[in-house]
Amino acid sequence: MADQLLDAKGLNCPLPILKAKKALKGMDSGQVLEIQSTDPGSVADFAAFCNQTGNELMSSGSEGDIYKFEIKKR
Amino acid sequence: MLDTGELENAKSMSIIVTKGSLDWAYPPFILGTTAAAMDVDVTMFFTFYGLPLLKKDMNLKFTSLGNPAMEMPMMGGHMAMPNMMSMLPGVGSMAGGMMKSLIKKKGVASIPELREAALESDVKMIGCQMTLDLFEYDRKDMIDEMEIGGAATYMEKALKADVNLFI
Repeated sequence: MADQLLDAKGLNCPLPILKAKKALKGMDSGQVLEIQSTDPGSVADFAAFCNQTGNELMSSGSEGDIYKFEIKKR
Repeated sequence: MLDTGELENAKSMSIIVTKGSLDWAYPPFILGTTAAAMDVDVTMFFTFYGLPLLKKDMNLKFTSLGNPAMEMPMMGGHMAMPNMMSMLPGVGSMAGGMMKSLIKKKGVASIPELREAALESDVKMIGCQMTLDLFEYDRKDMIDEMEIGGAATYMEKALKADVNLFI
């Protein structure tokens, strides 16, 4: 269960990343942010974002037209 | 405790921004904000036609003139605009209006929104002193966060940066 949910549905690149970064900023280390997006590009982008920033991408998947990501703050 | 590993891995990027039309404003602001979100130290240097992007009051224009690759999605297809038509009075502002409504409809951030995000994430914005002089821009019409510098100011950043872009 995520500590915080970010609804990024309907937003296009780079807004899901920018909003996720902003949300993570306000969270504590170890807490989990769930992001829901409709941007197909966000699949590759969240992987790259986590790779670079050291936050852990715990899960990346989709349900229907919605992409879901879980990121654990480093 | 100070994480020295993090400091050693700190990355930086510089972008020279030379174009200030609605469409050309996107690449530098998208990359600048995204890099900052990925913990990259970003410096944007605004020169020539890029400098108006630092005005407090941005009124970005768009033209299809001289841009044969521009195709607007229209009724399931795409429509390009012949130069002959692009040059007619009012066509530019119509194309700009279409572009802005498309941006909104597709959930793409506006340029003022991206500039705000960049400032919030401490992207350094340098306005070119020579361009201010050349085109007689008034410092007080530009955003307060703008720092002023010249080629040497840019070079000092660029020589240390991992990524340097000219847009």
